[in-house]
Amino acid sequence: MFGKLSLESIPYHEPIIMGTVAAIVLGAVLLIGGITYFKKWQYLWSEWITSVDHKKLGIMYFLVALVMLVRGFADAIMMRSQQALAAGGAEGFLPPHHYDQIFTAHGVIMIFFVAMPMVIGLMNLVVPLQIGARDVAFPFLNNLSFWLFAAGVVLVNLSLFIGEFAKTGWLAYAPLSGINYSPDVGVDYWIWALQISGIGTTLTGINFFVTILKMRTRGMTMFRMPIFTWTSLCANVLIIASFPILTATIAMLTLDRYFGMHFFTNDFGGNMMMYVNLIWAWGHPEVYILILPAFGVFSEVVATFSRKRLFGYTTMVWATVCITVLSFIVWLHHFFTMGAGANVNAFFGIATMIIAIPTGVKIFNWLFTMYRGSIQFTSPVLWTLGFIVTFTLGGMTGVMLAVPGANFVLHNTLFVIAHFHNVIIGGVVFGMMAGLTYWFPKAFGFTLDEKWGKRSFWCWIIGFYMAFMPLYVLSFFGASRRMQSYANADWQPMMIVAWVGAVIIMAGIACTVIQLYISVRDRKKHVDVTGDPWDARTFEWATSSPAPFYNFAHLPTVNSIDGFWEDKQKNGAEALLSHGPYEDIHMPKNTVAGPVMGILSIALGFALVWHIWWLAAVSGAGIFIAFLMRVFNDDIDYYVPAAEVERIEREHRERWVRRDELEHTNRVEVRA
Amino acid sequence: MRRKSFTRAIGTLLLIALPLLLAGCGSALMDSKGQVGHEQTRLILIAFGLMLLVVIPVIGMTLWFAVRYRRSSKHATYYPDWSHSNAIEVVVWLIPCVIIAILATLTWKTSHSLDPHKPLESDVAPMEIQVVSLDWKWLFIYPEQGIATVNEVAFPKDVPVRFRVTSGSVMNSFFIPRLGSQIYAMAGMDNDLHLIANEEGIYPGRSTNYSGAGFAGMTFKAHATSEDGFDDWVAQVRESQKTLTFPEQYNALARPTQDVPVEYFSEISPNLYEDIIRSFRTGREADNAPDRQAHAPMNAEAAE
Repeated sequence: MFGKLSLESIPYHEPIIMGTVAAIVLGAVLLIGGITYFKKWQYLWSEWITSVDHKKLGIMYFLVALVMLVRGFADAIMMRSQQALAAGGAEGFLPPHHYDQIFTAHGVIMIFFVAMPMVIGLMNLVVPLQIGARDVAFPFLNNLSFWLFAAGVVLVNLSLFIGEFAKTGWLAYAPLSGINYSPDVGVDYWIWALQISGIGTTLTGINFFVTILKMRTRGMTMFRMPIFTWTSLCANVLIIASFPILTATIAMLTLDRYFGMHFFTNDFGGNMMMYVNLIWAWGHPEVYILILPAFGVFSEVVATFSRKRLFGYTTMVWATVCITVLSFIVWLHHFFTMGAGANVNAFFGIATMIIAIPTGVKIFNWLFTMYRGSIQFTSPVLWTLGFIVTFTLGGMTGVMLAVPGANFVLHNTLFVIAHFHNVIIGGVVFGMMAGLTYWFPKAFGFTLDEKWGKRSFWCWIIGFYMAFMPLYVLSFFGASRRMQSYANADWQPMMIVAWVGAVIIMAGIACTVIQLYISVRDRKKHVDVTGDPWDARTFEWATSSPAPFYNFAHLPTVNSIDGFWEDKQKNGAEALLSHGPYEDIHMPKNTVAGPVMGILSIALGFALVWHIWWLAAVSGAGIFIAFLMRVFNDDIDYYVPAAEVERIEREHRERWVRRDELEHTNRVEVRA
Repeated sequence: MRRKSFTRAIGTLLLIALPLLLAGCGSALMDSKGQVGHEQTRLILIAFGLMLLVVIPVIGMTLWFAVRYRRSSKHATYYPDWSHSNAIEVVVWLIPCVIIAILATLTWKTSHSLDPHKPLESDVAPMEIQVVSLDWKWLFIYPEQGIATVNEVAFPKDVPVRFRVTSGSVMNSFFIPRLGSQIYAMAGMDNDLHLIANEEGIYPGRSTNYSGAGFAGMTFKAHATSEDGFDDWVAQVRESQKTLTFPEQYNALARPTQDVPVEYFSEISPNLYEDIIRSFRTGREADNAPDRQAHAPMNAEAAE
């Protein structure tokens, strides 16, 4: 009836886990109680859960990502605490059984359920607005992608208190992840969480690829697209080309584990080296899926706040395309020490270094955008400057790792850990924080509090250097990654410095939470009535903030790269407003199928993890039926009447006309 | 005022970074005890220096441009439409290209000169030591001497050593930081790694590729001895009462144990290393591979 599941699967004896579970359950009860008390279920259901609006989906992605950031960070601080304690024979407070799950969960969560949803969330929010579209090409698929991703999130979190998570490292190298060496359900949770959310990601990739190619507004040729859209396009090409590899690799591991096959086992001709090759053939493009959109964010931010055209737009585009192509021929640099021949190693080493050329060019282009600009030191600019400095250092250590001869002594040590946090925190996290601050008003209609934003930045950057520079040093002493304890007590002081760094990063996360709270509290003070709070250059700022659900009353016409900026120069403030006559607008309807298929996917994944076959069959059939019902449903669109559009646009205009007065009264109100 | 706090913050960061850099000097990587390691130290320093040629100016320009062209600055020029310059484009492509061209040449050369499979040039005949990673300990086999050890390996200094490396379990990586390169240990695969010690000493070694619950304790000591010292050590191993036959005693040893003390075996089955590799080709693992769940908590004492 319940497969492998029994009451013993719940780790009652682990106080840390049970405490966490109690907190989560309490939080969930409060949340559900609150929603019920304030009678918000109907609102949530019709405005958010079933919504196909790309902006709302973007916000939901980002919200889940922030929650999971806290979860992933809790893992990080436990790891740093353990390593600060477990020196010279001390065992620390986490036994291997627990520690090994934590570093696996940390990696999986931070990449798949924090970085990915932040990037995809931002693409959702921004790309259709930047290209002047009303929504994405396949609005239902977009909703489905989100709910499949959410199903993955739920499965990972379920593993915390029913059973356990993988103890294999975030990429679950075979044969350790095979059934002989990992007989428990941890790897199965890993498999199904990634498989389900990975399908969502693939659908997103197809969706945005088509959207960007087919739904650009009049006049927006490829070489007039904003850089963020370009980097998103390249990231989505990478998703389409690489995620199927992940899906296939995990599928083969699944066959090994569930049906006793021998793709990656030690014996019967299985080949663990093939697993490592395949997983990195996906894994390396994956890091560019994350970093390219972050590059896009910095390009927008640096041009806007320097109040200047982006330097070398064409070069920027071609550099992005170069990186996209090259990212597929460097995967072997993740395992030079496997023992390939010198020619193979040299090829992949040099291919990797070549990526440094377009990346370096990008950095110079950002610098020359600032050059002779008029730079306003907002928090997005601070994140950008922090990024350029930090990422340059991270790039340097990356090239050092790319030299096979040097890699042989640096590989698998803390050097690797320091390097990829150097580029992921310095690149992706800083980029996403900059993007969050920059586009927040477009999503919510008010800007974020600058004071707390800057505090968050300083905590993150100082915390980052304190947490990861010691790891570079320790790697020189031969400190390996993933050690639950270590005999050499000389390493402890550096580990303690790293722990302090992690605590400072925690303060940075707290600053962001406070920033969000204060900004919502004082939203009237920070209100954006113009729709263009930063005096920006691209078309997402040509509509009101928050953007109306149909995005634009009239889809804009684009004449050049900085079309909106030129519009403003020519027509002044009128460029910010729409003019009648208005027309009916064709829009997609909400969908129930997305969330239903998402919930059934959770059941399916859970059933497969625990071998509850009847539940797997029922939920699998349910998913199929929900899909069929959606496919045969023709009632999926409607028209917004022109009168309604006119009403909404008139309101925006009136608010805009009275903006000085509004801002004045708001300030008085806030002060009172 | 903002400018000051910005510069001060950067200064503080540099001050924190400085002692960290100095701390690296006496490290395994910077103070290597073997020829391979020495070459790698030099390679790392050259690559580091070459890249600093770009990295330092970039960081300097970032801070300088940010301060110079801040909005509150009264003196800075502001050209809102300036966005292209062929001269700058040529320079920003050229500089990285040149640096990478030099690095690529260096990479090609050192990938071959430091290839782990390449025998080291030496007047002395190399010795062979066979290495097997097990759950969670290292088995060292001396085919010439007919002995084996667990978690301790010894070899005379200035004698090139050919380590043949395989695994009796999952993937591991064999690494003696003071001597240089590491290489993966994989079941059914016969990998190899050439190292040499040029100074006597006891150097810590470990697996760097995570392999399960006992991974943290999967360490060993590498003794680089004098020639006489090595003979003494072999004699000491030969005094042991323990033997290692394949498959019975080997299978007992292969069962998962953690934090295993040093063990010596005075007699071993001939072709032990080859037998271990071959065992994975005949599909014996299913009955051979121990259920980790059942054995995981077992410690070294219980295994004996």
